[in-house]
Amino acid sequence: MSERPAVSLSRVSRHFGLTRAMDEVDLEIAEGEFFAMLGPSGSGKTTCLRVIAGFEQPTSGEVRIFGENATGVPPYRRNVNTVFQDYALFPHMNVADNVAYSLMLRKVPKAERARQAEEALEMVRLPGYGARRPAELSGGQRQRVALARAIINRPKVLLLDEPLGALDLKLRENMQEELKSLQRRLGITFVFVTHDQSEALSMADRIAVFNAGKVIQVGAPEEVYRRPASPFVADFVGSSNILPPDFVEAVAGEKRWASLRPEQVRVTEPGDANPRLVGRVTAQSYLGATTRFAVALDGIALHAIVPAGSFQPADDGRVAIAFDRSALHFMDGPA
Amino acid sequence: MSVATEIIAPPPQSAAARLADGLWRRPGLVVALLLAPALLWLAVVYLGSLATLLRQSFFSLEEFSGLVVEDYTLSTYAELLQPSNFEIIKRTVLMAAAVSVASAIVGFPIAYVAARYARGAWKAAFYIAVMLPLWSSYLVKVYAWKLILAREGILTWTFGKLGLGFVLDGLLALPGVGGGSLSTSYIGTFLVFLYIWLPYMILPTQAALERVPGSLINASSDLGATPWATFRHVILPLAAPGIVAGSIFTFSLTLGDYIIPQVIGSGRYFIGQAVYVQQGTAGNIPLAAAFTVVPIVIMGVYLAVARKLGAFDAL
Amino acid sequence: MTAFSGKRFMRSEGSLAVKIAAAAGLAFLLAPLAIIFVYAFTTEERSFVWPPPGLTLKWFGVTWDRPDVWAALMLSVRVAAVATILALVLGTLTAMAVSRSRFFGRDAVSLLVILPIALPGIITGIALRSAFATFDIPFSFWTIVVGHATFCIVVVYNNAVARLRRLSGSLVEASMDLGADSFQTFRHVVLPNVGTALLAGGMLAFALSFDEVIVTTFTAGQQQTLPLWMLEELIRPRQRPVTNVVAMAVVAVTFVPILLAFLLTGADEQTAATTK
Repeated sequence: MSERPAVSLSRVSRHFGLTRAMDEVDLEIAEGEFFAMLGPSGSGKTTCLRVIAGFEQPTSGEVRIFGENATGVPPYRRNVNTVFQDYALFPHMNVADNVAYSLMLRKVPKAERARQAEEALEMVRLPGYGARRPAELSGGQRQRVALARAIINRPKVLLLDEPLGALDLKLRENMQEELKSLQRRLGITFVFVTHDQSEALSMADRIAVFNAGKVIQVGAPEEVYRRPASPFVADFVGSSNILPPDFVEAVAGEKRWASLRPEQVRVTEPGDANPRLVGRVTAQSYLGATTRFAVALDGIALHAIVPAGSFQPADDGRVAIAFDRSALHFMDGPA
Repeated sequence: MSVATEIIAPPPQSAAARLADGLWRRPGLVVALLLAPALLWLAVVYLGSLATLLRQSFFSLEEFSGLVVEDYTLSTYAELLQPSNFEIIKRTVLMAAAVSVASAIVGFPIAYVAARYARGAWKAAFYIAVMLPLWSSYLVKVYAWKLILAREGILTWTFGKLGLGFVLDGLLALPGVGGGSLSTSYIGTFLVFLYIWLPYMILPTQAALERVPGSLINASSDLGATPWATFRHVILPLAAPGIVAGSIFTFSLTLGDYIIPQVIGSGRYFIGQAVYVQQGTAGNIPLAAAFTVVPIVIMGVYLAVARKLGAFDAL
Repeated sequence: MTAFSGKRFMRSEGSLAVKIAAAAGLAFLLAPLAIIFVYAFTTEERSFVWPPPGLTLKWFGVTWDRPDVWAALMLSVRVAAVATILALVLGTLTAMAVSRSRFFGRDAVSLLVILPIALPGIITGIALRSAFATFDIPFSFWTIVVGHATFCIVVVYNNAVARLRRLSGSLVEASMDLGADSFQTFRHVVLPNVGTALLAGGMLAFALSFDEVIVTTFTAGQQQTLPLWMLEELIRPRQRPVTNVVAMAVVAVTFVPILLAFLLTGADEQTAATTK
């Protein structure tokens, strides 16, 4: 981590009445990073973004942007810009005026404004759209305009609130690529909020996983995926099997929580396997290259993903499961 | 592209920008400042006046001198409950109730068609057709009805042309509600009230009906409900808050009006006229003030009931 | 099959009856206004006889030359203009406060704004008169204006609240995010988006004030606004044809702000704003 993080939050809390939307959050985002804040709705990720933007003031704690204290600084004096989930394009202005809004405020001459607006529109691959009204654009185009408007000043940090949430699947995949390449070209820090783990895993350099107002884990996608810090992360990021301590003790000799990826579970004939690992197939679904089994063991349910056609359970559905001990990832409590 | 170098812009220099910063830091103060002018106005001018009026109702009139005695007493309220005054109150409330019920019946089909069927140009036409009478001059509307209901006017003429003159005569001969002509009978007063307050019933009903999704009605008829059953069990319950909201207007406006019964009616007083005459020619301000308390109390009860029925969500 | 078509038949029958009832209702609403137009041209001077024995344009000229009509008209216009400006300021500020945040007592504010129009006008009128009497305030132009502004606030307020509710909250945040302080945001984002709603509210407030008679009776003293002039004519008719012409002119004139308000905001928003 660089000496001066782009954004740092120390012990930041934001309470709404009795609700703790953010509870003592510590976070450092490095310069030039593509950073994801991931969590279910109500986990505090959006509040965190709004605190960085300045729309919300922390109840306690300190926000620093490139080392400067931003606590209590209005959003309009922070060199941080936001792409809103609903894009928030001004309906009474055309695209060019939307994009050049901040330049208009700074009294940049008209011709210069038009030039820079066109340049920003080119960056988001919408050249020549300046004269249109936001209402005439498709959802994907509106988002590009919102992006152009937010990057025209080359902010130090760009915040994106669920940037792909309102787009359909195909557009979403294109836009993922485009956001990444835009970030590389601009070299500015991107911070985005999402509830979609696959989006976070595929786009971000690092991910912070939020739950109930707290940051549970921060790390690179692979790290968060392979070594979740808690059963919550294991469940939310990917869909790991979560094994409770007494089960883990019975099969691996250690009384701790553990997670186990479905693709690391093997399914076999019951034979003379450890009785704790023998159960019954409750569902089976064909996924093309793989087959997914749901297996009910004594007291817990597990998922296994095996190569298609590699195994067919007997009519009574009785099977045993197996996995390497090294596939178990041990975790602390169920937060 | 211009590259802003500062991470956080320095505090502003101009007075306006400094003020903006200060206000941004105190959102509660901003709300208070925005509210203050209107609240002060309404509290001082409106509530203050209402308070002065209420105070007057606890004074009394010296019978011989006709001067107001500024001592607190309940004697004026005792006077209010005399049979003759009580008759006035009863008559007004009955009229308000009749007008409210009738406008709900007449207004519903208009609101329903406007909400369910009218689209585009038709929607605009419905809007104009309801808004024009709503916003047209109240006195002009009353005047129009004076023309219509006059003995020599268009209604008498129409009934005569249709050979139905006896129907009109029969109506006017009815005891209690009849009279010498339509413009001097309760029937006339009722018609004018109905006409003038009808748009106030249509609009909230329409707004409530517009919130009923069409799919709900289709679902009901798909499930085998007859149109009447659909109306009874689906549409009416959902429109009810709007109808109650509309009745707040029709009821309240009828309670307080003194011009319509003065211009078109039998000459027997309604509450509004009683207030007007007491404060004017009779010079009995305390009794006039006590009379105004009647609609306030009735509307207070009415609003409390309407609130229970969920009418405020439809307002 | 028969049962099915029977049901279909009943359904269309039902909606036809509703449509006929709606058409009859609309006719009931509009016919009286149409009759006003006919009477403006009648040659009959003494009674309201129908059908008019003849048609003439003579009364337009007579009305034009009546100084009392002009004086009443001018007073009404001046009162309505000042009351509208006051209502615009007060109503807009209150609407902004209410739409800005959920503060304690929000419903009480809405109730207070609506009260002057929810309670019968005679109560507002006599309350103001007794207050003027108690504090020895003589009747003047301003006593009329005070009463009118009080009940006009709600019209502006309702129009502004309806529009502000539609204005996405993130627009204001987007503006601040891009460097605009509260004043700049108001000027560049809020005002352009609520402007037409305010204009509509202002015109309706003007129409409301221009037409008001009940409160005005108590606050005008010896002054005569156009509605007070009409009321006088209704109770003690002097020259009926002149009243006919004035009535027609008033209907024609009120049509303009309604149409404009509709064009500026759309039917749905007006239905919402008027019923609120």
